[in-house]
Amino acid sequence: MSFARSPLIPGLIALIGILSLASLVIGPAPIGVTEALKALASDRGAASIVVREIRLPRTLLALMIGGIFGLSGAGLQGLLRNPLADTAVFGAPQAAAFGAVLVIYSGLVGALSWALPFAAIAGALLSVALVVAVAGRSATIVVLVLAGLAVGSLAGAGTSLAISLSPNPFAVTEIVFWLLGSFEDRSMMHVLLALPFILLASLLILSAAPGLRALALGEDTARSLGIHVPRLRALIVAGAAIGTGASVAVVGSIGFVGLVAPHLVRPFVGYDPARTLMPAGLAGAALLLAADIAVRLIPSQAEVRVGVLTALLGVPFFLWVIARRKAELVETPA
Amino acid sequence: MMQDGIRLEARALSVDFGDSRALAALDLALEPGRFTVLLGPNGAGKTTLLRALAGLIVPAAGAVTLNGTSLALMRPSVRAQAIAYLPQGGSIAWPLPVESVVALGRLPHGERPDSLPPSGPDAVAGALHSVGLRDFAQRPATALSGGERARVLLARALATQAPVLLVDEPVAALDPRHQLVVLDLLKARARAGATVVAIMHDLTLAARFADDIVLLGQGKIEAFGPPESVMTGPRLAAIFGIGTRILREAGGLVIVTERPLPEA
Repeated sequence: MSFARSPLIPGLIALIGILSLASLVIGPAPIGVTEALKALASDRGAASIVVREIRLPRTLLALMIGGIFGLSGAGLQGLLRNPLADTAVFGAPQAAAFGAVLVIYSGLVGALSWALPFAAIAGALLSVALVVAVAGRSATIVVLVLAGLAVGSLAGAGTSLAISLSPNPFAVTEIVFWLLGSFEDRSMMHVLLALPFILLASLLILSAAPGLRALALGEDTARSLGIHVPRLRALIVAGAAIGTGASVAVVGSIGFVGLVAPHLVRPFVGYDPARTLMPAGLAGAALLLAADIAVRLIPSQAEVRVGVLTALLGVPFFLWVIARRKAELVETPA
Repeated sequence: MMQDGIRLEARALSVDFGDSRALAALDLALEPGRFTVLLGPNGAGKTTLLRALAGLIVPAAGAVTLNGTSLALMRPSVRAQAIAYLPQGGSIAWPLPVESVVALGRLPHGERPDSLPPSGPDAVAGALHSVGLRDFAQRPATALSGGERARVLLARALATQAPVLLVDEPVAALDPRHQLVVLDLLKARARAGATVVAIMHDLTLAARFADDIVLLGQGKIEAFGPPESVMTGPRLAAIFGIGTRILREAGGLVIVTERPLPEA
């Protein structure tokens, strides 16, 4: 018995290649494809500055962060055996943002410090731990989502408090825009700041793949098949929290990529939760990069924030999944 | 393939859930080649005992041993090769093809469903065939009826080809024909040398197919032995609170349940 090797992964990689090229070319400054590639490879004055220092970092960040969001979403959905699981549903991005805001407004460090991702990761981990502690291990998805909503709201309130107590109106504007989520004005420093954490998070989640497959039949069956379920849970939750924290620390809050990406690839991999991981990561990267290209093309005075666009597209998708699966969602234990 | 006979033993096994004791210092020796059925009222501890025998519960005291080695000391992968366990009313989270679900039974042997070595496909096809679902291999498991899904999950446990097979209510969702097919299958596994334990509620089917019956009441073994010696009217009355009429037929005992007795 063998599954036919689908062209899914090569197809997604080709799509990412095309989108990356488009991302280097599209923007206010008109630079052609050949010129962009030349400017990337060798110093060609202003064109090189635009391509290397403005468009390359945002392209890389969109790929990395879209990738880890897709991977986290697929990992959490496999772990909880539920297609609605995502870090956003658990309040992790809001908590990560609160962690980062706390560090910035304490005045201890600047926005380009290593303390920022650590604070955001700590926020994300705390939120997940709090949700799991409140909801309990055998909670239904409804309980998890409600607990996530509460924790997310609490973190949001904390962020609002920090903003309202801020003495500096410019800082308030800055933090509000940062919270909306954007790849604008990001440098290679931001890439380097997030990269090690995103690599670590990806490794943690991918190493849980074999266990996820067995978990499709429930926790008892997975354990009887020799899977160490607590370790599996720790790998995925830690991976998702680290990935979310590092991402939020450098680009602010961007939601729903992790929810949507696994759905797009699942039918192509026979619904196998282990084989969903890698394609979901690639699909997440492609989705977020496409969204970032789209915000550059939408005619408006200031660039539309990519986090706003993903929410505008992601929320209807979320509602559609709920509407389609509401019968099963009533009693699905997580 | 199936290893030679394995003796599964519970020694002074106690299991607690919070403050309440689910199993109390229970001793039980299950021999290879025998089909044992666990019977008892709801809440007697049948599933707890089966899960403890599968190594899925840490005992409060005592141990479960496999040929003398404590399950708690075994690596999970080794234990998984020796003991196949089918939980009660198991669910399938994703619309996986039936064949992929059954192939999960090969995981303890390090065989992944998308790349089975030569022995794998035979085990999977054989298990599917034995539960009468050979033509369902490519169907999404979630699109099947409850009884068909129960047989897919049983096939998953069979595909491991483990020397110990522990199944929780394997025939509860099945039609009469498939109840007989599955019980014949479990008995055949035992005859081939496996240690087979099943939880059931149908007293007549249990009496007819089991080599041994374990009667469980409130976390204690009330009786253990061949059906004829274990299943007596007074004992069934005491444990289940029912009045019965027990007929001896050529195929074994027929237990007619007549009325609930007033609660003691």
